[in-house]
Amino acid sequence: MVSLTIDGKAVEVEEGSTVLQAAEKLEIRIPTLCHHKALLPYGACRVCLVEMEDPRGSKIQASCTYPAQEGLVVKTATERVLATRKIMVELLLARCPEVDAIRKLAAEMGIEETRFPKKNEDCILCGLCVRVCQERMGVGAVSFINRGTKRRVTPPYDKHSPICMACGACKVVCPTDCVDLSEITTHPLRPIPSEFDEGMSHRASVYVPFAQAVPNVPVIDKETCIRLQTGKCGACEAFCEADAIDYDQEDKVQEVDVGAIIVATGFKLFDSKKISRYGYGKYDNVVNSLEFERMSHASGPTGGEILTKSGRSPEAVAILHCIGSRDENYQEYCSRVCCMYSLKFAHLVKEKTDAEVYNFYIDMRAFGKGYEEFYKRVLGEGVHFIRGKCAEVTQVAETPEEEGKLVVVAEDTLLGITRRLPVDMVILSGALIPGDNAADVRHVFSIGCAQGGFFLEKHPKLAPVDSMSDGIFLAGACVGPKDIPDSVAQGAAAAAGALSLIDKGKVVLEPITAEIDEERCAGCQLCIPNCPYAAIDYDEEKKVSVVTEELCKGCGTCVAGCPSGAAHQRGFEDEQIFSEIEGILIGAES
Amino acid sequence: MAEEQFEPKIVGFLCRWCSYTGADLAGTSRMQYPPNLVAIRVMCSGRVDPTFVAKALNDGADGVLIAGCHPGDCHYSEGNYKAMRRFPMLRNLLEQFGVDRGRIRLEWISASEGKRFAEVVTEFTEQIRALGPLRWKESVAALCETT
Repeated sequence: MVSLTIDGKAVEVEEGSTVLQAAEKLEIRIPTLCHHKALLPYGACRVCLVEMEDPRGSKIQASCTYPAQEGLVVKTATERVLATRKIMVELLLARCPEVDAIRKLAAEMGIEETRFPKKNEDCILCGLCVRVCQERMGVGAVSFINRGTKRRVTPPYDKHSPICMACGACKVVCPTDCVDLSEITTHPLRPIPSEFDEGMSHRASVYVPFAQAVPNVPVIDKETCIRLQTGKCGACEAFCEADAIDYDQEDKVQEVDVGAIIVATGFKLFDSKKISRYGYGKYDNVVNSLEFERMSHASGPTGGEILTKSGRSPEAVAILHCIGSRDENYQEYCSRVCCMYSLKFAHLVKEKTDAEVYNFYIDMRAFGKGYEEFYKRVLGEGVHFIRGKCAEVTQVAETPEEEGKLVVVAEDTLLGITRRLPVDMVILSGALIPGDNAADVRHVFSIGCAQGGFFLEKHPKLAPVDSMSDGIFLAGACVGPKDIPDSVAQGAAAAAGALSLIDKGKVVLEPITAEIDEERCAGCQLCIPNCPYAAIDYDEEKKVSVVTEELCKGCGTCVAGCPSGAAHQRGFEDEQIFSEIEGILIGAES
Repeated sequence: MAEEQFEPKIVGFLCRWCSYTGADLAGTSRMQYPPNLVAIRVMCSGRVDPTFVAKALNDGADGVLIAGCHPGDCHYSEGNYKAMRRFPMLRNLLEQFGVDRGRIRLEWISASEGKRFAEVVTEFTEQIRALGPLRWKESVAALCETT
């Protein structure tokens, strides 16, 4: 360890550290453009200048490359330092007068205009792109060419480079945002769409899934992480002071013994592309409800501004209800939540823009507490409600007003006319449908299939959070479309149900369970798919099927299906039923 | 010899949750239906082993009714679907042994459908009456002798 003093504060750092790193430890900010934690010191931009005291007089040095030495006395904000930094930044500003990052830095230092002759470059030759490609990616797809005033960064021979992986690291590190990846690589660009923002923004390979993620920690996308794909990079490890990055972590399947299970796997939004006449996926400004939800959110891709793809505020917005729900061709059921979130969208558009808002609805279903009041409020805000399902969304204009707009064609069933409304944005309120792997989840837990592929509860009124199997509870939209208050209520009910089961500590079993006679069982396993409760397992060692009595409900379906007569049911033995038949038919002509 | 009106013997396998309760409802509601059907309670229509039906016909029944919960309403989630799949196979098999397709029937009767239970039994009884006695044991024995 070496100890030094920066701005009068003593600090100890490891040998081999730079003055900049020591200053960082003291949380003293030194401006820099070419320094990057994951790259070796380079000293290109000269913005990080500091003053070192020396018996022979003080000297100005770049802090990012100057090694921390025992007893060194550093000053980061003397007049001399600031004046020299200012000149460096003025020179950079002369080179790149139009670059925002440089202008901002200059403004921070009180520089309004440069005194040097201006050029019109966008690259400050900091070498970050060259270094990250070489040091971290081990590729070296770009490098400096020429000398002096002709020095610049380019791929070999000024041609698109096939060795560039199009990882985008150079673009990320560039302080002036002047890297155009399409000028470098021969590979197609593949920005990673953010799942949480519905693909409307991009994310890095290491990312926190969303703001309130539980647990709220970053994850590494192993499909796109260069470290995991090629063994290079590892930049995040250099950044993480807590040393929390572990590239050797693997996906694990954990087996946990539990007394009760709550299935709350949720829903998925209907893919509006399936109904091509609404133009989703074809026209830029036709968005689905989740996309609009992200757009209207303060932490979303537009920072909460409602903008068309071209970045304008819309003049008219149409909200189409019942996309894919209450529709015999797609989902017959009502998705329950769409009316209310469509009203919310209408309210938000009114609040944030000056746009006219048109709701195309079949029936307004404001069913919950305070919902009707909200509907009235939105009506009072001047939102237009047109009763009629939209027929199509088109860009084919019939009148000059429709030029360049999306035209919503619908029958207004209250007026009895067909209407064509030119709008700038169309929001599709899509149906709620079961999640992608709902069928697999159903099979794992032996849950029945309800309408539309949702999970079947034990009883729609009397046991809405129970499944057919004891100890397996259902909650939320996996059972059917449901709004937030209902889902919360179900979650609480399911938790209470699970708790009461665990608290009791014992389970009441049916006395009429099935059992399988080991001696007679041929091990054909036909009984296993017959059991709706997954109560039968195959004993690999004995080569016979075995009934788990705790799970068996005594329906006897396996008994009826057993070809070797090995399965039987207590209380409903074949012999007992045969005797009943004989008793009934005494005296019958036979 | 002028025969008295033929009174068929019908065995009914009723699931404990829907159809048996439906039959109960028909009784407690004092609905009239022919006494020809005698019910055997099973836990689920899925419990009805094809041998039960064969045994009943062999022992002198003229018809067999299997009744369970409506599809999607099975107390055991999907036992009635199993019955639904087994039934056509059984009917085809029995047909090869000379049992008319009309003599066995699968019906969905819920616990609240007492009226429907009475209707099904009435209609089924009339159907069997029209088909006449089965005398399956005799005909099978005759079949065995000739072959």
